[in-house]
Amino acid sequence: MLEIVVPLSLVIYALSALLTILRMALGPDIPDRILTLDALYVNAIALIILFGVYLGSTAFFEAALLIAMMGFVGTTAVCKYLLRGNIIE
Amino acid sequence: MLLSLILLPFIGSLLPLLAAHKGRTVCSWLTAAPPACALLLLLSTAPAVFQGELLTIRWDWIPALGLNIGFRLDGLAFLFALLILAIGLLVILYGHYYLSAKDSHGRFFSLLLLFMGAMMGVVTADNLLLMVVFWELTSLSSFLLIGFWGHRRDARRGARMALTVTGGGGLALLAGVMVIGHIVGSFELSDVLAAGDILREHHLYPVALVLVLLGVFTKSAQFPFHFWLPHAMSAPTPVSAYLHSATMVKAGVFLLARLYPALSGTELWFIMLSLVGLSTMTLGAVVALFKHDLKGLLAYSTISHLGLIVLLFGLDTQLAVVAALFHTVNHATFKASLFMSAGIVDHETGSRDIRLLSGLRHYMPITAALGLIAAAAMAGVPLMNGFLSTEMFLGEAIEQRVLGGWSWLIPAVAVFAKVFSVAYALRFIHSVFFGPKPGPLPKQPHEPPFFMRAPIVILVVLCLAVGMLPALIVGPLLSVAAASTTQTILPQYTLEIWHGFNLPLALSVLAMVLGVFLYSQRHRLFNLWNRLPPLSAPDVFEFILHSILVQGSRRITKLLESGHPQNYLLILFLFTIALAGAALLQLPSLHGGVSMTAIDFPSLAIAMTMIVAALGTAILHRNRLTALLFLSVVGLGVALVFARFSAPDLVLTQLSVEVVSIILLMLILFLLPRQNQRDSSVQRLWRDAVVAGVGGLSLGILTFAILTRPLDSISKFFLAESVSGGGGTNVVNVVLVDFRGFDTFGEITVLAIAAIGIFGLLDGMRLFNPRHLGHHYAKDRHPMLLSVLNMPLLPLALMVSLYIFMRGHNLPGGGFIAGLITAIALILQYLTNGLNWTNERLNDNFHPLVASGVMIAGLTAMGSWFFGMPLLTTAHTHVHLPVLGEIPLATAMVFDLGVYLTVVGATLVILENLGKLKPFTSQPTTEP
Repeated sequence: MLEIVVPLSLVIYALSALLTILRMALGPDIPDRILTLDALYVNAIALIILFGVYLGSTAFFEAALLIAMMGFVGTTAVCKYLLRGNIIE
Repeated sequence: MLLSLILLPFIGSLLPLLAAHKGRTVCSWLTAAPPACALLLLLSTAPAVFQGELLTIRWDWIPALGLNIGFRLDGLAFLFALLILAIGLLVILYGHYYLSAKDSHGRFFSLLLLFMGAMMGVVTADNLLLMVVFWELTSLSSFLLIGFWGHRRDARRGARMALTVTGGGGLALLAGVMVIGHIVGSFELSDVLAAGDILREHHLYPVALVLVLLGVFTKSAQFPFHFWLPHAMSAPTPVSAYLHSATMVKAGVFLLARLYPALSGTELWFIMLSLVGLSTMTLGAVVALFKHDLKGLLAYSTISHLGLIVLLFGLDTQLAVVAALFHTVNHATFKASLFMSAGIVDHETGSRDIRLLSGLRHYMPITAALGLIAAAAMAGVPLMNGFLSTEMFLGEAIEQRVLGGWSWLIPAVAVFAKVFSVAYALRFIHSVFFGPKPGPLPKQPHEPPFFMRAPIVILVVLCLAVGMLPALIVGPLLSVAAASTTQTILPQYTLEIWHGFNLPLALSVLAMVLGVFLYSQRHRLFNLWNRLPPLSAPDVFEFILHSILVQGSRRITKLLESGHPQNYLLILFLFTIALAGAALLQLPSLHGGVSMTAIDFPSLAIAMTMIVAALGTAILHRNRLTALLFLSVVGLGVALVFARFSAPDLVLTQLSVEVVSIILLMLILFLLPRQNQRDSSVQRLWRDAVVAGVGGLSLGILTFAILTRPLDSISKFFLAESVSGGGGTNVVNVVLVDFRGFDTFGEITVLAIAAIGIFGLLDGMRLFNPRHLGHHYAKDRHPMLLSVLNMPLLPLALMVSLYIFMRGHNLPGGGFIAGLITAIALILQYLTNGLNWTNERLNDNFHPLVASGVMIAGLTAMGSWFFGMPLLTTAHTHVHLPVLGEIPLATAMVFDLGVYLTVVGATLVILENLGKLKPFTSQPTTEP
């Protein structure tokens, strides 16, 4: 079962990554684009974990952990910039 | 012993600085101690040197370049070393009284000793390259000493001029030495001196000679490079007495003597030296008479005497060499004492203007008497040392046949110059010390303290002693010095006061009579002189320097450095394309034979995402924020590519760097306008697009060609050696902290320097408020939701960071990544809670963190020395701890800790200071 599901999920997540970049290109607004980046980070977590499952290796899980933990920092910084201009005040 | 002779002044130059706060007297005593010891050491070698022995020591320094540390002490070096140390000591004594309480004693004496050491190096160096090094050091220390009173414009200008001229001459000398080394095949003095015939025959000989002589003429202030010396007189008088009359300007003379066996004996040598010497001697003597400044008079007189010595080297006899060395010693004694007398006059009256001074013998009779004797020696009055050497000079001048049928010109011009030299010596004495009492002076003149005068007494006694008992006092020294200069057996000569009535004596008497007459007619001459157009050497010099050199180099710089990154990138890309294209065109086929892996859809999707994002960045670059978002997509894509092709370490690094850079860019974007100006025309855009496209395509083809070829890389070695050699299974980390630990150490040092540099640039910087027109900012500075959600993240992130750090040696991770994670977690606190809140809870001085990181890494690296191992050798073992289990321990982990601390510190220093950077109005405008 996993032999089919994991590659299939990989393809689906890759497809969604393509769609997010399409959204980023289309915009139309800055918040749309920020959300797109955030969504792409989430997609990336899924891709990395699924790829690890597919290979049967745990070597990449820390990468997923790192994205989960810090991926939103970029989003936060951009949002803060939009809200207040100066992000460290 | 020879080494300590040279090292003593250098080591000693630290003493005055260390003792500066202990008071002037202690400082002066400590300054005098090293040269005194060196002088004793030197004198203890006298028996050997006078036997004609050559004392040498030698170590290899950079043998591949022919540069060795070697010193030699022969008669010539002994003579100059004696001058340097003995007069140096007297100058220190004099300087102690001369400097005022406002001047920094420590700095002055330290520089003086530095100069002394450099001078000792020049005269004793056994390797020509080493000598050039010391030669440059004399120029540099002279620059610092001339500019000692840096608050005065004339001092700064004089110092700059001296450095430019003598430094330029030093470069010429270096080139000359290189040519000599090329011809001889060695820079060792003994080889060069023995290769005189080879040198003279060689077709490059004129090049070498002219370059070396350029060095000599600039250093010894020969025409037309003489103009810097009078302006070097803005130095304190002890410096003028020491550097610019007794020693440094004699370095050129010394070099002539040193290289005499190697370079002399050709037509070119004689013509150049005699003509330059003759014109310098005459020019100096004539101008000296018209100088109203006491030190200016002495400066031109020094130029004149240096010309005389150079001229002597240009006369084709060995006795002329003896006379040259003799006059060098004599000039050093009487000129140093004259400078000191002038300094006393300046010190005690507040003026050096001869037109203001008069009748000072009423106030300072002893100084007047001493000055009188020294000036008499300068004028060449019998019974003084100056008389003997000028007699010898006149004798040689009459004998020589250098200029063929025009040879009579030399004695004729010599007498002419001597007339002027008698006149200016008279002026120095008569106008200052004799005549009616002076008008109002800045200070009431009086005798100086006894010990300030003591050096002059010693020097004047020497002038007299040498003048009356020459054979006894300087005879042996002179003969051994001259013998080691010419490297042959000298012809017979006698040093006597009385040679009978002969032509030189007659010429001397004639010159004196005419000189006295000239002096009596001086007012007419001054009137004549005043009609000459005024010319200021520094003005002319700086005009030339500015209009030609500075403007010229600005123009060239402008041509190369336009300030447009587009232009740089264009050149860079075109060049790379040409290089890669040329290489690619020679390949028989692009595909190298290694089969390709199959394309899978996820990889393709990631690649396409990155391509779209890259295009988006380029197209929307004028909207900075959007471009940055696209760029982040590219960064994430790269991380995914790393994951796809099994590089977990790189994934972690790329992700952390990505987050830090987005924070950094957001901080900077705040300070920039939101919209970028359109700054490229359409044609230019097309041009750049084509170049970029071709560049990217070539790179892709090149990568394809490389990857499809079988490649035998060095990674096998690291894979095999990682566990046994570095005690870790994570090869990437082992390479970073062990195999290539030195590189890593260099990199964290650079990181630390960059952090401090950025801090230095940003600290206290105020920027204009970026006008984000039409943008309404929110009022809530720190949304509570964000703060609350972020707080639990800190401990989590720190734990992950610790985990990544600990496992780094065996599994993906390590100090660099862990450092970035910690830094991000801390920066996030600044982001959500603000500067004040965070700094209350966190010590915001991150500099010690950076420093301790570099130090821990450095000390760990050096620790292996204590075990007799080379730098960065690591030890590793495994320990079993409760809870944590089996822990692999390697000293490399301590090194990694250094990396960690440096990364955390540097990142925080940079980001926090950028965050502190506030525009003039510290608050963004909020909607009322």
